[in-house]
Amino acid sequence: MSIDMAQFHQVFFEESFEGLDIMETGLLNLDMGDVDAEDINTIFRAAHSIKGGSGTFGFTSVSDFTHVMETLLDEMRDGRRQVTQPAVDVLLGSVDCLKEMLTAIQDEQEVDVSRVSEYKKSLETELNGAEAAEPLDSSPVDVTPPKPSSTAVSTESSEKVWRIAFSPHSNLLKTGNDPVRMFRELASLGELTVTVDFQGVPDFYDLDPEECHLSWNLDLVGDVSESEINEIFDWVEDECDLAIQLISTQDEDNDPEVGSPVIEQVIETTEKQTKAEEVVKPAASTSPKVISKKAPAKSTPKGNSSIRVDTGKIDTLINMVGELVITQSMLSLVGEQFEMNKLDQLKNGLAQLERHTRELQESVMNIRMLPISFVFSRFPRLVHDLSAKLEKKIELVMVGENTEVDKTVVELLSDPLVHLVRNSLDHGIEMPADRLAAGKPETGTITLEAYHRGGNIVIEVKDDGKGLNKDILRAKAIEKGLIDADAILTDKQTYELIFMAGFSTAEKLTDVSGRGVGMDVVRRNIQSLGGNIEIISELGKGSTIAIHLPLTLAIMDGQSIAVGDERFIIPLGAIIESINISESMINRVAGRGETFHLRNEYLPIIRMHEIFDVKTAQATKLTDGLVVVVDGQGMRCGLFIDDLLGQQQVVIKSLEANYRKVEGVSGATILGDGSVALILDIPGLVRLSNQ
Amino acid sequence: MTQQAENIETEATEAKKVENLVQFLSFTLGEEEYGVDILRVQEIRSWEPVSRIPNVPSYEKGVVNLRGAIVPIIDLRERFGLGHLKYTPLTVVVVLQMETEQGSTRVMGVVVDSVSDVIDVDKKSIQDAPDFGTKVSTEFINGLASVNERMVMLLDVRKLLKLEILDEADEIL
Repeated sequence: MSIDMAQFHQVFFEESFEGLDIMETGLLNLDMGDVDAEDINTIFRAAHSIKGGSGTFGFTSVSDFTHVMETLLDEMRDGRRQVTQPAVDVLLGSVDCLKEMLTAIQDEQEVDVSRVSEYKKSLETELNGAEAAEPLDSSPVDVTPPKPSSTAVSTESSEKVWRIAFSPHSNLLKTGNDPVRMFRELASLGELTVTVDFQGVPDFYDLDPEECHLSWNLDLVGDVSESEINEIFDWVEDECDLAIQLISTQDEDNDPEVGSPVIEQVIETTEKQTKAEEVVKPAASTSPKVISKKAPAKSTPKGNSSIRVDTGKIDTLINMVGELVITQSMLSLVGEQFEMNKLDQLKNGLAQLERHTRELQESVMNIRMLPISFVFSRFPRLVHDLSAKLEKKIELVMVGENTEVDKTVVELLSDPLVHLVRNSLDHGIEMPADRLAAGKPETGTITLEAYHRGGNIVIEVKDDGKGLNKDILRAKAIEKGLIDADAILTDKQTYELIFMAGFSTAEKLTDVSGRGVGMDVVRRNIQSLGGNIEIISELGKGSTIAIHLPLTLAIMDGQSIAVGDERFIIPLGAIIESINISESMINRVAGRGETFHLRNEYLPIIRMHEIFDVKTAQATKLTDGLVVVVDGQGMRCGLFIDDLLGQQQVVIKSLEANYRKVEGVSGATILGDGSVALILDIPGLVRLSNQ
Repeated sequence: MTQQAENIETEATEAKKVENLVQFLSFTLGEEEYGVDILRVQEIRSWEPVSRIPNVPSYEKGVVNLRGAIVPIIDLRERFGLGHLKYTPLTVVVVLQMETEQGSTRVMGVVVDSVSDVIDVDKKSIQDAPDFGTKVSTEFINGLASVNERMVMLLDVRKLLKLEILDEADEIL
């Protein structure tokens, strides 16, 4: 009976990456002077579970590597080793390395062995560099007297013979442990001889196939330390009687008790499984190494992506479905024997149904929402590393990490944000000496803030650095031929220059930023998410880059409007107001462009029926129809339409899935009567009307 | 599609014949008869009103809701320059589907006058589409087949579904 382990891989990877995050955060928070044992413990536990998990799944490279980390952490935990900055840095590097290894395994790519061994070496150097290696017998199973010879980093290469008596309790299998797997682990350590004792097996009629009635005697020959053996049994220590004995050192005679046919069978099974495992792995393991170090070939992630959901959210969902079922049964009761006097009851029921449906919809959407801290959490590390590299003093402040955003947004937001933070670090914040000279505190501050505003989430990257220099920006843009020498630009337009392709103000390219992938990519990414990005900057005081994003990409509040016999949806968030305009408010510019005057502002009018060529439009005179004042990426304008119809929540459907992108339209939705209505894209409309 | 002008109705064995047979759904546009690979046909529906898409060529009639998916409807008559025919409840929409390079499925409806038959065509008897130069657009025609003395133009669904990409290129130029 073999279980397909692959189905658990996804969970393992998720947990491991989570563990790595915990380790990283923990390491970054370590205060060199005063180390809290509990902090180290947290890191240690995370490392330990990764090791255990990877061992179970047969990712030996990962478990071996983690083992070295664990040893180092263990010594720190016991206070036998000082927590030093170099040690923490090595550990941080190892966390990165582990992350790469796990990603490689997940993508079924080859692990970059040279890098791994490099890190392993530096970890071991760190280990050995400490006070003379002490005997490490922190092994949890204390069956045999500690042997002074078994040190943490065993450097002797003597062959040892271990005799392991392993008699699991009958419930071993029920806890999900598989002796064969453990034996395979053991076999990877050295030469393993397995003798099975099946005296405990009851009569066939009394046999419970879910219980383990066997016990084993194992002889292991090889350069193996006791702790390594103990580790394999770590997971079952409470469910077995275990005795590990060192029979001899450098003794080749290990009196094997071969003879029973069962032994071979067990070993055969082991081999079979190993083979099966190899088959599962793709040919990548045999192919020559072609994966580059810096940019591993991005393969499509295997299988479906999954999401971890707060149980609270699921409980709410279940409650709501319960309510829905009750409402439904009430309604069907009313429907069965309907009389006119029950009309009120029916209406109430329908109102309830509507409310429940909306709540249900909201909570389902809520499942996709993740706190933005998923993105933010990587920045302490980034700032830590980069500020050291650039020799700057920087403090990172994060506000509103619990603001929730759609999972897709979270995933796609991370790269642009990294770019922005790097920029702030590299170009924004000055060197400590310059800051002091400018009368600012030596330590610069970068603030990451997330908050909700209207139907949007706003993410700000703020620094108190030197700010953007408009003159330099302008000169650079002219030099690069991006604008004419005599172009007149507002402040806002000047700042926007940095979003143009081929624009880089850094005088010299640094390792950190300015490698060609510029702000234009950042803006494109944000726009592809339906958001926009703006810069506020003051010379000498700092800059703020604000990203506005829609909360979710799948559903929104919309206002349906009529133009002729066609229906469109305007995102409710974009609407400022709707008015009837009078002739006196209308002004014409150069006989063509129409504007209207609203509270000291002249706003351009976009006639929907003209721009979308609707022939059935009823209102052709501006005073006959309605003007909806909308805001699209800071550009206000009035949309001239026939009528407003009603507000509703709309499910956004992609036009591009089967069709293509249409200018002025961001998507489509299906109305209550089953027909399709287009959702207007205000910035796109503005562009369209300018053409 | 080798140039095999002679329609070789040989006494090939039955098995061999089946192997080379391809099924096409044939439909008419005016006097002309067309065929599409039947494996590309998802369903056949009657015409129903569409939601118009602004600022697109007139043969792109609009989009409809096909069980929750937004599907574009293209009028093949207009696309091939055969003029517009008034839509009636008997007008037929053939829903075609195709896998894209990205692995997703694209779906599109094409308006035709009427669906006629499912025809078996021997692969070998398919003739290359004649070249009329630029006068007549034959870019969507994969080949010609003869069924009961009638000529059926076999359409390349892949190219048909890529209409929009071609158009986009036109817009840029």
